[in-house]
Amino acid sequence: MNHIISIEDLVFEYEREEKLEPIKALDHVSIKIDKGSFTAIIGSNGSGKSTLAKNINALLLPSSGVVYVKGFDTKDETKLWEIRQTAGMVFQNPDNQLVSSIVEDDVAFGPENLGIEPTEIRRRVDASLYAVNMYEERRKAPHLLSGGQKQRIAIAGVIAMKPECIILDEPTAMLDPQGRQEVMEIIEKLHNEGITVLLITHFMEEAARAERVIIMDEGHVAFDGTPAEVFANAKKIKALGLDVPFTVEIADRLRSRGIDIPKDIISMEEMVDYIACRFK
Amino acid sequence: MIRDITLGQYYPGDSWFHRLDARVKIIWTFIYIVSLFLIRDFWGYVIVLVTLALIIGISRVPLNFILKGLKPIFLIIIFTFVINMFMTKGTPLIEIGFLTITKEGLRNAFFMGTRLVLLIIGSSILTLITKPIQLTDGIEKLLSPLQKFGLPSHELAMMMTIALRFIPTLLEETDKIMKAQMARGADFESGNIMRRAKSLIPLLVPLFISAFRIAQDLAMAMEARCYRGGSHRTRMNGMRLRKRDGVAALLIILYLTLIIVQAQGILSLLMMSVIQLIQAA
Repeated sequence: MNHIISIEDLVFEYEREEKLEPIKALDHVSIKIDKGSFTAIIGSNGSGKSTLAKNINALLLPSSGVVYVKGFDTKDETKLWEIRQTAGMVFQNPDNQLVSSIVEDDVAFGPENLGIEPTEIRRRVDASLYAVNMYEERRKAPHLLSGGQKQRIAIAGVIAMKPECIILDEPTAMLDPQGRQEVMEIIEKLHNEGITVLLITHFMEEAARAERVIIMDEGHVAFDGTPAEVFANAKKIKALGLDVPFTVEIADRLRSRGIDIPKDIISMEEMVDYIACRFK
Repeated sequence: MIRDITLGQYYPGDSWFHRLDARVKIIWTFIYIVSLFLIRDFWGYVIVLVTLALIIGISRVPLNFILKGLKPIFLIIIFTFVINMFMTKGTPLIEIGFLTITKEGLRNAFFMGTRLVLLIIGSSILTLITKPIQLTDGIEKLLSPLQKFGLPSHELAMMMTIALRFIPTLLEETDKIMKAQMARGADFESGNIMRRAKSLIPLLVPLFISAFRIAQDLAMAMEARCYRGGSHRTRMNGMRLRKRDGVAALLIILYLTLIIVQAQGILSLLMMSVIQLIQAA
């Protein structure tokens, strides 16, 4: 198997003041991410999902265990910039991650840091802006854009660095439903173009669109599998304080009333088709 | 009120002045500011006004947009005007009680007020017709010779870029906190100056905390995008001096010469004699 990210027995502890015990945010986590896959990581607040993301990008370094990105150990300082270029990262707050007051200059920030030729930067910036449907707004100031647009600019800023993998740390948490939809469409498009996507989220509907779902709980991996496999444990997931996708909830309730719904139905469309077929 | 500040805002456009190299524009602004303190009489202001009018006209920045920037400093201008009007000694014109308006005072007041207005307009034009990024790039380039003496020119420029970028964000944040505090009964508007200043504390403390949080987030985002200082960086829009920048340099020299000549009083003499000639004819 071709793993772009390989996390082996990762432990991460947040240091606190001297007398206090450090907080263990990640407790012996091992995950392997296939190249070109689309994985969603979900978990409630404090489950360690954001810490995990920052460990992959070498923004945080493991307390013990190893994280490999494209075969490079994140502890290897000489490979730091290669790691960050390979695994680009988009953060939650769209306002606090844009550097420049002009959209296209912000997208150019990453490539400029990599020391790329000016003409090549121009090409990449234009291509990235087209990829997120923001080319028309390239000369605007970020604070005049909507949350969804800002987040698409942040994504463009990352794809301009030509990463093989994009880690999105709750990119839709601060957006309205429309912005959320826009960003999800871009994420799926990037995945279809062959980029490995690691989406951290607490929206179950978004997780259901991934190929693989990992549920984190108190620094452990609680569930790991395809959406259908994971959401089959609806009751246990709810016990962790999480919701399940609306469709899964409906299917579960229908089943409890004796209507047999196949386990692999996750999306709203599948559900509608199935019910329409069966009860025609 | 804080929303009205045009200083530091950019007005998108594609005029000759917009396209000038930022370095040239910065030097021009610098010379312009110095020139305001060189001029001594009416004709000097005519030169400045004509220059400003030309720049504004060609760059097509709406005049009311520029004038809006004066609103926040309106009080300062009035204050300067009044102080100068009453406090200058000279030939009395009007006496109101213990206050005396002198001829010199009126003149001083008028010139100082105008000077302030022109100063603000001139410097806001620089930012209105120059992209913030180009502006900071220009400052970085202009300061880079000082790097040898330990001046961190790239870091300074980066700080300015970020400061400009986050002005609107912090304004929004202020607005949010203000509303949140008002919802809990905070009163920012009544009371004397001391009380009002005190009432700002519940606004400023959360604002500072949130500024630090934003800074932390941004630092992390910048690191994630491989930022590591100025040494490895390239720029998408490299700065190159073109023909028009040469033309601009000539214009600057012309302007400066005019101002100096005028300050020496030669121009006003010339103008006076022309006027006298017209009157004689």
